[in-house]
This record gives sequence, C-alpha cells and structure tokens, in this order.
Amino acid sequence: MNRSLTQPTNLALGLVLILLIALPFFAPNYYVQFASKAMLMGMLALSLNLVVGFGGLVSLCHAAFFGLAGYMLGFQSPESAGASLWLSLPVALLVVAAVAAVIGTLSLRTRGIYFIMVTLAFGEMLFYFFHDTKIGGGSDGLYIYFKPEIALFGQTLIDLDNSRSFYLLVLASLVMTAGLIRGLVNSPFGHALQAARDNERRALSLGFPVFRLRLMAFILSAMIAGLAGYFSAAQFGFVAPQMLGWHLSATVLVMVVLGGMSSILGPIVGAFALIGLEEVLKSAFEHWKLIKGLIIIALVFALPGGLQQLTRLVLPKSEGPHTGKDSDNQPVEADHAANLGSLSDPMTGLIQPPMTSANAKGLQHV
Amino acid sequence: MSEIMLSAKGLQRRFGGLKAVSDVSLDIFQNEIHAVIGPNGAGKSTLINLLSGDIPVSGGKVLLGARDITDLAPNTRAMAGVGRSYQKTTIFMDSTVFENVRLAAQAHSGHALRMLGHVRNDTAANASTQAAISETGLTERSGTIARFMSHGEQRQLEIAMVLATNPRVILLDEPLAGMGQAEALRMIALIRALKQGRGVLLVEHDMDAVFALADRLTVMADGQVIASGSPDHVRNHPAVRTAYLGEHEVAA
Ligand SMILES: Nc1ncnc2c1ncn2[C@@H]1O[C@H](COP(=O)(O)OP(=O)(O)OP(=O)(O)O)[C@@H](O)[C@H]1O
Ligand SMILES: [Mg+2]
Repeated sequence: MNRSLTQPTNLALGLVLILLIALPFFAPNYYVQFASKAMLMGMLALSLNLVVGFGGLVSLCHAAFFGLAGYMLGFQSPESAGASLWLSLPVALLVVAAVAAVIGTLSLRTRGIYFIMVTLAFGEMLFYFFHDTKIGGGSDGLYIYFKPEIALFGQTLIDLDNSRSFYLLVLASLVMTAGLIRGLVNSPFGHALQAARDNERRALSLGFPVFRLRLMAFILSAMIAGLAGYFSAAQFGFVAPQMLGWHLSATVLVMVVLGGMSSILGPIVGAFALIGLEEVLKSAFEHWKLIKGLIIIALVFALPGGLQQLTRLVLPKSEGPHTGKDSDNQPVEADHAANLGSLSDPMTGLIQPPMTSANAKGLQHV
Repeated sequence: MSEIMLSAKGLQRRFGGLKAVSDVSLDIFQNEIHAVIGPNGAGKSTLINLLSGDIPVSGGKVLLGARDITDLAPNTRAMAGVGRSYQKTTIFMDSTVFENVRLAAQAHSGHALRMLGHVRNDTAANASTQAAISETGLTERSGTIARFMSHGEQRQLEIAMVLATNPRVILLDEPLAGMGQAEALRMIALIRALKQGRGVLLVEHDMDAVFALADRLTVMADGQVIASGSPDHVRNHPAVRTAYLGEHEVAA
C-alpha cells in the first residue's frame, strides 16, 4: 500500500489540480469554457468506466442518460428565469436513475455482445423518443435561456453565468465524482463488482448477487452520466437529440479505452486527450475528422494499455527493489509484483483496481 | 445415524438428447465424506453443478436439510450453506491469496455490497479470512499472487475460499487432479479435516485417495448410479468391477 501511494504520483496529481484551479484566473474565457466542456466529457467517461472497466459491461447507452438529464433541466427551466438547482438537479438525477433501472433490469440479463446491442437499442429508443415527438421540441431541441440558480434564502451562492464560477463548480464536481468512484472501487461493493467481471460463475458460487450488484453499478453510473449531462445542458443553454445518440456513447467509449479502463483517472485523461486533439485538428485542417480517426487508430495500436502507458513513460519510476517496508519482509512477493510490472507500478498503483499485491500487503498489517 | 445435510432426489439433466444425469439420488451426511466416482463423462461434474445450482435441473429435487433448494440461484444456495470447488481451478489469478479468500468471506460477512469504507476495514471478514487461510495451511502464502503459486497451492486456495463462505456442505470436483504425490497427501489430509461438522461430496479419480477418505461411495456411469454404499460393499460389486474399477486395478 505504501508503495502504491508513492510521492511522484501524488505530487503530479496535486500539481495538475493546482493548475486546473488556477486556470480560469489566467486563461482567456474561451479556454475556460473549453476546459469546462472537456471536464464534463471527462465526468461522462468516468461514469461509463464504472460499468465498462470495473463491471466488464460495455454499455452503449450512456449518452442517453447524459442527454436525458439535460432534457430534464430543459423541462424544468422557466422561459424567464433559471431553474433552482436544488430542485432541478435531484429531479433530473432521479428520472435518470428510474430509466436506468428499467434499462438495466432488462439488458443485464444478457451478456457480452448482446449486452452491447441491447443497450444500443435502448439508447436509440430514447434518442428517437426525443427526436420524433414534440415533447422536447423534436429534432430542433430545446433552449435553456437561463442557467440554473444556486441560491440560499434568495441569495445567489454561485453565479453560473460567470464562466469562471461555472468552471470551478464543474471542477469540484469532477474531483468529487472521481473520489466517489475511487471509494466505490475500493469498497466491498467495488470488489464484488470486479469479481463478477473477472469470473461471474465464481462470484455467484461464493454467494454474490451478481445481477443486483451490476444493476446498482449501472444505475449509479447512469446518475453520474446524468450529472455531467445536466451541467453540459446548463453550459450550452441548449439540448438536442444528438446529445442522447449512439455517436456520443461510442465517442465516450473511445475516451475510456484510450485512457485505460483499469484505472480511475484514465478516462478523464482519455477525454481531455480526445477533445484536445479534436480542437487542435479542427483549427488546422479541413478534413480533421479523417485525421482524427487515423490518429486514434495509431494510438490504440501503439498503446495497448491506453494513454495511461504514456503517463507512465513520462513520470519518473520509483527506483529500487525495496521501496516499501513490506517488501523487505516478503522478498518472494516483491519479486512477483516486479514480474507483473503494472501491479507494482507507482502510477497505476493509485488508480488501479484494488485487487493487487500492494493492497494485500497493506492488509497484513491491519 | 448422523443428520442428512444435502440430498438429491431423482435428479435429471439433459443436454439436448444426451442424458448427462438421469435419476440420481444420494444423501450427504454430516461428518461424512461421500465420494462419487465414475469414468469420464459419467456425469459427476454435472451432478455437482445441479447440487450447487450452477445449472438448472431437468427433473428431480435438491434438499438442503429439509429445505427444497431446487429452484434457488447458485448465490442463494451459497448463502444457505452450499460451498463448492471446480474441476478446473477457479480462483482470481491476479489477486493474492488473502484477497481471494477475503472476497469469499466478504460475501458472507453481512455487508457484502456495502459501498462505504475500504474493503480492507471489514474486521469480521478479515478474521474469517485468516481462519480459512490457516485452516488450509496457506498462512505463509497469504500475500502471494495466486498466479505464482504451484498448482497444488492453487487448489488449496480454492478450498480456503470455500471454507471462508462458512459452508454446511462442501462439494469438491476432483480436488487432487494434476497434483504431485506430496501435494496430494497434504490435500488428502485437508479434505479429511473438512468433514468435521459438515457434509462433503467428493468427486475424484484418484482411487487411493477415494478409498482413504470415503465413508460412503457412489459409482456413476452414463449418468446413472450403478452402485452405492460403503466403500467395501462397492469395491466388491460385480457391476462396478466391470464398468469401472476393473480398468484401474485397485490394490487396497
Ligand atoms: N454444458 C454442457 N453441454 C452439453 N453437454 C454437456 C455439458 N456439460 C456436460 N456435458 C456432457 O455431459 C456428460 C457428462 O459430463 P460431466 O462433465 O458431468 O462428466 P464427468 O463425470 O464430470 O467427467 P470427467 O471425469 O471427465 O470430469 C458428458 O458427455 C459431457 O460431454
Ligand atoms: Mg468432471
């Protein structure tokens, strides 16, 4: 455990966080808004990875949860004022949770490629529901003229019209969500979820209610996707059916894969990388989509573990065979961990699924 | 006579046209090892799968004590006290011994799905993990990743996981398969200790082990029971000699 929380990682994370907090105070407004958008994509990717990376369930309907929450904000926003966040956010998340419960209950009875197809179908159903009916303005979508209000006793606490405040709120939400997922992954629930991913039959014969477990993860993950969608709708003041479509679901999946599915923060890195790449290419080339596709293919081939491999290459390695005191007592396991490479790696140690040697060693001292 | 822990009543299982298990009835008693032997494809693993709930029955009943558990899912049966191992070692290879066993203990700790708090801080689960690990003699290997242990140790680990679920009945599918002599002897001693207070069903090809361990013996062939009773009774059963034991030349 000591080894997995080595200084370089914490230092790097701390620096990144300080940089992110400072950004809106020196960067031009355009970039602040751009970064808010990227962080919301990061949150969406984070949510998807809970089911994909830790649950082994490749869902292709997470954009639908994202978009649904956006529409819920739209429905609750009066034309002449902002909706109260205290009310509209919980309502949006509850609706998403209810829909996810239904979709999850039906789709989690299938496995593998069938699960992908069933979630895709449900996502498309939601897309067409908003596209083909007048409820949400059809294919034109819905305008949200005023951003949601965060007020207490008539006093505005955070003014979301201010892009710096908005940015900081999104950053705080992202950090909180990452912390939440980290806690979940390390909790008994998270371990059971990963056990079901690695060997469903074994998890069942040990006594874990695998279906219920996955359903809970699916609903939670959908709610986090909904949180991202709510803020996204607030940021752009507009919701359209595209927000629910499979195209976005697939893009987020690419972010997750690029960033590394076995890590907690990887999907955020993947989201930043993909959105940043898009932005750079957009301004430089006319056929940027084609180039983007080629770059992604190249990346996937070059980095089988996702972009995380890159950060591992960039960050300094914690040297020496006996960095932690645990390994001194147990040279055999230290060797084993070294053989596994990634398990003893300082970067992944923090953000990897917890079922690794490092954790167990910590445990023996409990 | 001691209490019946688990019983199969006329169990059947078809795979398409194949009757993998047909009309099998047997009882597993407390403090006893009930061995099931038979040639390859006799239906022994299928029988275990029916008892554990891994696959549904085509007919018949499974009783845990007096309770009919035929329609219960495998996880519900596990919670009710049915533990099992697999013919092919089924453990979490990238996790340590401790993590593997703790996972099993966690499932039965009362808050298997708790979302708050680190899994490491479940003191009840940690305690039963330690107990199961020491009962199977793996204390020295507690921090070792399963993948890096010998085959014999991996099988021991699987038994430790079963033990951590605090079972009343243990179903073992060829626990000695692929083991060396020394490992096999250790495993035999371990299995013998398992029956204390529990019922054990043992499927095994190693005849020395079977006759060393079994209190009761059932022979299967082509999905059916061809003989059942005390080891001595079965050993001298003519149908058994021709169908099965003849090939093995039991010297005991
Ligand atoms: N899932 C399945 N689908 C189809 N046929 C199966 C399935 N499982 C087992 N069978 C068949 O059922 C029969 C009994 O298989 P089973 O695995 O129970 O035998 P066994 O006695 O355990 O054999 P072994 O000693 O080789 O482990 C075999 O003919 C096998 O091919
Ligand atoms: Mg078998």
